[in-house]
Amino acid sequence: MERILESVIQLFLLLALAPLVTGVIRTLKARLQTRRGPGILQPYRNLYKLFRKGMVIPETASWIFSATPWIVFFGTILAGLMIPMVAADAPLGLVGGVLAVIYLLGLGRFFLALSGLDTGSSFGGLGSSREMTISALAEPAMMLAIFTVAIGAGSTGLTEIAGAAIGQTWRFLAPAQMFAFAALALVLIAETGRIPVDNPATHLELTMIHEAMILEYSGPYLALVEWAASIKQLVLMTLLINCFWPFGLQPTWFGFGALVGIGWLLAKLLFLSCAIVLLETVNAKMRLFRVPELLAVAFTLGSLALVSTFLF
Amino acid sequence: MISGLFLSGITIWLAGAMASLALWRKPVAARRTGCAAALAGSLLDLSASAFAIFSSSSTVIGLPFGNPVFSWAVRIDPLSAYFNVTLGVLAAAVSLYSFGYLREMEGRRNLGAFGFFFNLLLMSLALVFTASNVFFFLVAWEVMALSAFCLVSFEHEKEEARNAGVLFLVMSHAGSGLLLIAFLLLTSVSGSLDFSSFHLLASSLSPLQQGTVFLLFLFGFGVKAGLVPVHIWLPEAHPVAPSNVSALMSGIVIKTGVYGMARVFFDFYGAPPIWMGTVVLALGVVSALLGVLYALMEHDLKRLLAWHSIENIGIILMGFGAALMFRALGQPNLAALALIAGLYHTFNHATFKGLLFLGAGSVVHSTHTRNMEKMGGLIRLMPLTAICFLVGAVAISGLPPLNGFVSEWLTYQALLAGFGTTQSLTRLMFPIAGSLLALTAALAAACFVKAFAIPFLALPRSEQAADAKEATPSMIAGMAILAVGCVVAGLGATWLVRVFDPITQQTLGVSASSAMVTARGMALSPGTPHGGTISTVGMALLFLLAGAAFALPLAIRWGRRSVKGPAWDCGLPGLTADNEYTATAFSKPLRMIFSALYRPRREIQAEYEVSPYYPRAFRFESEIEPTFEKHLYEPLRQRIMAAATRMRAIQAGSINAYLAYIFITLILLLLFGVRG
Repeated sequence: MERILESVIQLFLLLALAPLVTGVIRTLKARLQTRRGPGILQPYRNLYKLFRKGMVIPETASWIFSATPWIVFFGTILAGLMIPMVAADAPLGLVGGVLAVIYLLGLGRFFLALSGLDTGSSFGGLGSSREMTISALAEPAMMLAIFTVAIGAGSTGLTEIAGAAIGQTWRFLAPAQMFAFAALALVLIAETGRIPVDNPATHLELTMIHEAMILEYSGPYLALVEWAASIKQLVLMTLLINCFWPFGLQPTWFGFGALVGIGWLLAKLLFLSCAIVLLETVNAKMRLFRVPELLAVAFTLGSLALVSTFLF
Repeated sequence: MISGLFLSGITIWLAGAMASLALWRKPVAARRTGCAAALAGSLLDLSASAFAIFSSSSTVIGLPFGNPVFSWAVRIDPLSAYFNVTLGVLAAAVSLYSFGYLREMEGRRNLGAFGFFFNLLLMSLALVFTASNVFFFLVAWEVMALSAFCLVSFEHEKEEARNAGVLFLVMSHAGSGLLLIAFLLLTSVSGSLDFSSFHLLASSLSPLQQGTVFLLFLFGFGVKAGLVPVHIWLPEAHPVAPSNVSALMSGIVIKTGVYGMARVFFDFYGAPPIWMGTVVLALGVVSALLGVLYALMEHDLKRLLAWHSIENIGIILMGFGAALMFRALGQPNLAALALIAGLYHTFNHATFKGLLFLGAGSVVHSTHTRNMEKMGGLIRLMPLTAICFLVGAVAISGLPPLNGFVSEWLTYQALLAGFGTTQSLTRLMFPIAGSLLALTAALAAACFVKAFAIPFLALPRSEQAADAKEATPSMIAGMAILAVGCVVAGLGATWLVRVFDPITQQTLGVSASSAMVTARGMALSPGTPHGGTISTVGMALLFLLAGAAFALPLAIRWGRRSVKGPAWDCGLPGLTADNEYTATAFSKPLRMIFSALYRPRREIQAEYEVSPYYPRAFRFESEIEPTFEKHLYEPLRQRIMAAATRMRAIQAGSINAYLAYIFITLILLLLFGVRG
């Protein structure tokens, strides 16, 4: 029973917070670039507008095109319920740990890439090809970083990983943890399609990656896909902050502590958003074929993290 | 009961082989007899081995042939039974599929011969998995190799098929040669040909002998399994065979190599030196990565699948390698986990790769091409084949909640647990292997986006693809069985893992499953304290629940508001098949990133009349370098040919010389005999 209540609270947090994080990042970025920006609530307005609109389904598309938004959305939500957000205890920790999170996000990506190719438009194919390439190259670095964290906890279960982190609040200053954090942060940038890997605000189809795959979506399905993308961003950010900065993470869900936990979560998310904004503003988007170099850096950092687990 | 079922299965296969050969002049009867016997034999074999697993005992059956020295005996122990279950499931599905698939060949090809070799192959596979002495094992092994050769080169009017068949035969016999030496070395120590006399024997040899026997077995079985660098026959031979044979080849014939390794590594050896595990793990990683990287560059659908077999054998061997290392480190429970990961993946690969080859067979059957660039849009014309192929593609990409995910997850868990088992630098092997497994899995997902999307989605790229027809009901039934197998082996993980207890008990002396099943049988854990858990059933239930509660009603509501229209395509009107992304284009970024491996070569020629700025036609050619063939096998072939040329001097054609050779040999043998 408690599990169900926890899941519902976390589900609500995921659905509600994800557009907010996107909005905050966009607004902060606009301010840093001395623009006014559309306001932090704009993603909600976009979703509201899209959900009320009609859709155009391309004639060339098959049922894959219509099934994909659902698979992506549910897969991302399911992954989101497996991570510790407010308390170290992940609501669906029993259904899957960090590997399941990664593979569920992978399931969504697989179907998005299929639907990119489904319409026959060459822009969709271009996006699918790039997305699959970049995510494949990001994978080894991510796995090394996860191995480093999981070895510390002796488990791939996120409840156990976060629990181990709570036990040693200042552990993130250890070299192994710092390297793993840096590797995972680079992977997060690649996975969520942010500058310097992909530009979420681009209007030029030829430079798009994620946006090119979903070019043919409209109306409610576009809303689902975009919502899922921001939830995925929230999931990966939360994963990063709660595995490495366990401040304020509650051991259990109930009582006054939960409110403190949510407060800390928001504060940490804001901090990470600021870091992302800064990174996005001072960097230019990379050429596609420079991205492997960035991911090679991430892989090296991951390897260093592993080596330092037994050097220091 | 077990022996009765097993023997009747063997008998039916044998009878089916003879009967279809006898009926070769009546193609319809030959097809039906051959397929029906294969199906019946598979079901009997499946039930016999299923009983054998659940009774977790060994059954020894002496066949009424042979003589005391070369006895023909089979022993169905848990390990044999497990591989026989895999065989039974796959062979039943493939036999069912063959009813429809072979119909097109009626009157054009000799289906009597096909039925003969097909049944013979199934029979020899069952015997390879159960033979209990060296002699019988090698006989079954040869029958298997020869019947597989005949099936691979069944379409022998094609030069491609003949060459691939010969390459397969040569490689296969090179492998058998290595096996023969290894078995003779063991026999000379034990003094018996029986497998039971080899139990733990190899570990009592001197380190040098131990290592030699190990390497001989590794590469001898590795040839059949498609281990890099002895894999080169596989991507040639699997695609040219008829697709039902390809499914058997990739699904189960290469698993005889895996079976052999499991038998040798975990039955003949006790705790091995650690370098053996390290070698197997490293070769597994290399095979997995190279397999998927070469698969990405293929646009021949069946060759692509064949390369993926090499990848998956690599993943299986990663499990085996880790198990060997854990054994060397004195960690039987972890060894059981890693062995289960490898064996689980063996079954999973048989189901999804069998399924994918059958799906590819249906596609090739109705489009008459293996080139993906000429397919497209088949999901509309062949909807059921498309769904089955999609299930296989999701499963092989290791995505939840299907079976590929479960076995890859177990492999990760084994590798993760390995880091803490030793203080030496060897432990770095585990996380590095894990991260490369992650790369392999992600590249496989990229490859199967291509392998599903290019043939099945968007617009048809050729007239053949536009005229494609759905497969016949029996073909769909065959694919559906395997698709259901992928789902069941994914969702039923907590139930299936109990099957491995007799095997780990027999080989490692521990049972792992009770520690691996948690949460009232709903979740799987690696069995280590506080290890992570997964519940594929839970995921599937939540997906279904969410789908039924939200997706269906909303999709219906939104459906009323949606209209069909031309793809937007950035406002460019008139989308045609020529605009579509191709398989070559899809894998272009990876071809550039891994160009150090592929060494791609391309040639562009433009034809123009007036000015080079207005070309009339383009000719584009692109290929990648076959590294192993060029740098390993070609020099080897040249050496062998040079040696053969030199040896020709002995064979001068003069009778007198030959008589002299015989005389000299005789004298030498006499001298040798007198001395001995």
